[in-house]
Amino acid sequence: MPELLKADGVRVRFRTSGLVNALLKGIADPYIDAVMRVSFGLRQGETFGLVGESGSGKTTLGRAIIGLARAQEGSIAFEGQELVGLKDAQYRGVRRNIAMMFQDPIASLSPRKTVRNAIAEPFRIHGIAKDLGEEARRLLRLVGLHEGFLGAYPHQLSGGQARRVGVARALALEPRVIIADEPTAGLDVSVQGEILNLMNRLQRELGLSYLIITHNLPVVRHVSDRLAIMYLGRFVETGATKDIFAKPAHPYTLGLLAAVPEPDPDKRRDKLELEGEIPSLMNRPRGCEFHTRCPFAQAKCRETAPEHRKVAEGRWASCHYPFPDPADARPVGPAAA
Amino acid sequence: MNANGGDRVLEVRDLSVSFRTGRGVVRALRHVDMAVPRNKIVGIVGESGCGKSTLINSVLRLLAANAVVGDSSTVLFRGDDVLRMNDRQLRAMRGQKISMVFQDPMTALNPVISIGTQMADILYRLDMTAAGKRERAADMLAQVGIPDPMRRLDDYPHQFSGGMRQRICIAMALMMNPALLIADEPTTALDVTLEAQIIHLMKDLRARFECSMLFVSHNLGLIAELCDEVVVMYAGEVVEQGEVHDLFHRAKHPYTQMLLECDPARIEKASRALPTIQGSVPDLIDLPRGCIFGPRCPKRYEPCDASPPGTYGVNAIHSARCFQVRDA
Repeated sequence: MPELLKADGVRVRFRTSGLVNALLKGIADPYIDAVMRVSFGLRQGETFGLVGESGSGKTTLGRAIIGLARAQEGSIAFEGQELVGLKDAQYRGVRRNIAMMFQDPIASLSPRKTVRNAIAEPFRIHGIAKDLGEEARRLLRLVGLHEGFLGAYPHQLSGGQARRVGVARALALEPRVIIADEPTAGLDVSVQGEILNLMNRLQRELGLSYLIITHNLPVVRHVSDRLAIMYLGRFVETGATKDIFAKPAHPYTLGLLAAVPEPDPDKRRDKLELEGEIPSLMNRPRGCEFHTRCPFAQAKCRETAPEHRKVAEGRWASCHYPFPDPADARPVGPAAA
Repeated sequence: MNANGGDRVLEVRDLSVSFRTGRGVVRALRHVDMAVPRNKIVGIVGESGCGKSTLINSVLRLLAANAVVGDSSTVLFRGDDVLRMNDRQLRAMRGQKISMVFQDPMTALNPVISIGTQMADILYRLDMTAAGKRERAADMLAQVGIPDPMRRLDDYPHQFSGGMRQRICIAMALMMNPALLIADEPTTALDVTLEAQIIHLMKDLRARFECSMLFVSHNLGLIAELCDEVVVMYAGEVVEQGEVHDLFHRAKHPYTQMLLECDPARIEKASRALPTIQGSVPDLIDLPRGCIFGPRCPKRYEPCDASPPGTYGVNAIHSARCFQVRDA
């Protein structure tokens, strides 16, 4: 399958202090790398999941693709067109093809706009003359909402309804790609399923490709074809979703999967897989950046950073000693050999 | 004061709470019966608007001014009715005998007071020196896994990470060695690896402090992981309660069954088509005549529409508010 969207070595940096202040305080490099040289491709009709904890850079990567954060290095291409370095006005055209669903369904809608105006706004921004009332009704029907919601304001909507409005808004300009940032966060489980089923139906009917940004592992297992697990702005593991869930190659992936409690009192955990917390981006650990929390870390991990290398067909991991097989989830390091 | 109250630290009987609003009377809780046995962790699970927060607020009597509590309702904490306590008795209870861990550790702590001072303040009733209180605070911080506690007492909340702040909130809740700890979605604001750490900590503390706990969550995984008994709430009623294994493996109420089915973590095989519960939660101002879950229930039959079901026992502690259980 051809890759619709391709990211190559994308790096997003944010300045942490002013240059004068940095000079006075002797900070050599007053930047943090929110996204640190990541590469992936999104295929036509595919769902790709970006998974990570707070501060892992998953949202920043999504925002860089749609031009809301500036990529300082690397390339982001949509159907061969380079997006890095485009001016804001030029990006407008890109956003007809790539739409974004923002995190909080209610807060991402203007409280002063009715549902009708919120859905019609993309047409106005892009100067598309259409019967906006008719378009708004069509989009509402598409996402399974009654016409009666047209005059409603965001505060009158439930979380699930607001999320549907967010979907309708993203669909307005008939994009090819939708970046969905935490599409189910804050929704009850029964409503969560409704939204995911809706997104799935629309994907089939409209041939959409999704980039789903989430920390919800049980959800991403059901909805994504491939995954990237992010830690401190880097991809630590990428591959097909079912393979990663069946056989995590990176110790962080293993720890993340083990941290999700199983809804079965017979499967209680006694052991804690991951201790400690995510280090600060201002102070990245030396060597492998995960070594401070890795239960399998060896001397080499403290010294040299691993590359994101191929560990099996369609699988990449940033680890010196990836797990060869979950059946014997032990590192193949010097100690094990 | 009656000091014991038997084996139950908390016993809620026939609790009904309504709120008077401009739109009408919202019947937020109706005839809730539940209990927390000594040294047990009882989980309350339910979706938004099911009445979890109103129940907790009733136990602490923190209800809003427009709340009306039913005449026959009682909330017995170690044998004393919280609903009939005077202000002095309430002050002696809140934060001392019943303490609470809130959802968001970022906003639960005062940002302009060092955590050592905030912790020592909890001990204001005790006849201890300031140094003694600080030592006790540092000791509690060590218990919840904060490294270098004596030095960190002078730090402010913003100097701690989210996970550490929630550990501090737990330490504060345990300062007075309460008889009942209420945890309201204590890990919702945390990442999954930190959530696992906090749950691990709570299990560990429970073994050391012998504290009874009311654990509120919408996360079935956490309920299964931590709780001994589970109370399932829907639209202001307890629809089912029982021992945790019974609830997860032998659920009787259709709502509980569907809630379990909907959880993507319980669906073995990866699937794009996820189960949902059709319809939406009823308006609590204008309740249906029959069973509260009736309009959404796939197993509905004649008796369900005529009158609301009572609570029918499955075993000594397992019961469900469903005619199918009565007729089984």
